[in-house]
Amino acid sequence: MSFLKKSPWILHYAATSCNGCDIELLACLTPLYDVERFGIVNTGNPKHADIFLVTGSVNEESRKVVENLYAQMPDPKAVVAIGACALSGGIFRDAYNVYGGIDQVIPVDVYVPGCAARPESIIDGVVQALAILEERAKERKRQRKVVAS
Amino acid sequence: MANTTIVPFGPQHPVLPEPIHLDLELDDERVVQALPSIGYVHRGLELLAERHDFVEMAQVAERICGICSFIHGQGYCQGIEHLLGLEVPPRAVYLRTVWAEMSRIQSHLLWLGLSADAFGFESLFQHSWRIREMLVDIIEETTGGRVIFGSCKVGGIRKDVDAETLRRVGRRMNEIEAAFDEVANIFRGDRTVKQRTVGVGVMSAEDAYALGAVGPVLRASGFASDTRQLGYAAYGELEWEPVVEQSGDCYARCEVRLREISQSIDLIRQCLDRMPEGEIEVTFKGQRPKGETMIRLEQPRGEVCYYMSANGQKNLERFRVRTPTFANIAPLVHMLKGCDLADVPVIVLTIDPCVSCTER
Repeated sequence: MSFLKKSPWILHYAATSCNGCDIELLACLTPLYDVERFGIVNTGNPKHADIFLVTGSVNEESRKVVENLYAQMPDPKAVVAIGACALSGGIFRDAYNVYGGIDQVIPVDVYVPGCAARPESIIDGVVQALAILEERAKERKRQRKVVAS
Repeated sequence: MANTTIVPFGPQHPVLPEPIHLDLELDDERVVQALPSIGYVHRGLELLAERHDFVEMAQVAERICGICSFIHGQGYCQGIEHLLGLEVPPRAVYLRTVWAEMSRIQSHLLWLGLSADAFGFESLFQHSWRIREMLVDIIEETTGGRVIFGSCKVGGIRKDVDAETLRRVGRRMNEIEAAFDEVANIFRGDRTVKQRTVGVGVMSAEDAYALGAVGPVLRASGFASDTRQLGYAAYGELEWEPVVEQSGDCYARCEVRLREISQSIDLIRQCLDRMPEGEIEVTFKGQRPKGETMIRLEQPRGEVCYYMSANGQKNLERFRVRTPTFANIAPLVHMLKGCDLADVPVIVLTIDPCVSCTER
């Protein structure tokens, strides 16, 4: 993990999830997995967050919340969809109130599979999102330089 | 009356892992009224019963909620077995009881952690979850899953557990009990915990009964009501008494759950001692469910009811679930009246809200 240059702050939202992935996500923060040792901190405020972790599929009600939270996060930002439901709707994709995966609403960068996704794979997803985040930060810098010159 | 302010609480809130929204009407810092609104997690799961095969549906039923997943699977399977007239072998019944109690312990530990986080005691949150991981390891060893067990199926259980593993489970229970007792003492005796919970969100026994509270919320107000008293699964053959507390505040609800963890460890030991030998499932080739049934089970959060109706087709005609958090929302709104704004997260958490169950 020596390539981690930044400490990403994460924002978690359970869109239309069954809790399984949410528990595993919280388990990542607790002593056995303890992602805080890598500087990954869970925040409740979208304006402090770098990485948006969404579990569960989207429905009519949660769609607006996911969109709002994503819009409130400052650039650069990355989105990680966690669990089978967030990927495609999973076992609930036939249910009448489920639109499908998170990518129906906001752009997703990393897909973490599993029902429920295991903590190890969630951590891996966050690490991959971090690489994307760094790439975006560099891109922004380049664009600023072009504008300044 | 002074002007009131409306403060939205949720759906995305740091102390809540799940989306629930409350509109809090405040007079200064005091809550005058709380209006819940739900729908963020509604998937339409009950209708899926009409599209899925009744055997497959056990997996969907387990995903009603990821915290009490096993007990949902168990309730669904019990209902279908009742409709088909199947007699589940005793070994499967006992193993189901063991897993249901493990599910209860992990749910209560999870709740203890979250509530510690809600009153700002972060290290206690971490310790509760550390112990929970010890239990999740056993669950993974015996079922293969961490949160979704997937071990219950119509007619019995999916995979047997060998004698050596069961002995190891017994030994690990001792370790968990020792670790839990240390943390339980902090919950019981620590001054900061008491300051945030004693006398907060009090509900009298009459109110709890009149508003239809279930589970630990009802038992913390002095009612010895536990659905396991019906004697389903192996509970009729085990020795236990419902846990009851009298004061009806957040501290009492915490105490009920602490004592229930010790009780569940004891129930698991009793099951392991009496574990019968033999088959783990019965076959029902070609049979289709027909008729109506109502099943009641005790979840970590209280009583859950399943209604099933079938007409001999491979799909159920109707599947309905009444979950404990839904029953506890009315008592919650009652408890929030007159409390301080700062106490709202603690009170909301003491009913152990499971929004995913509630909305399905």
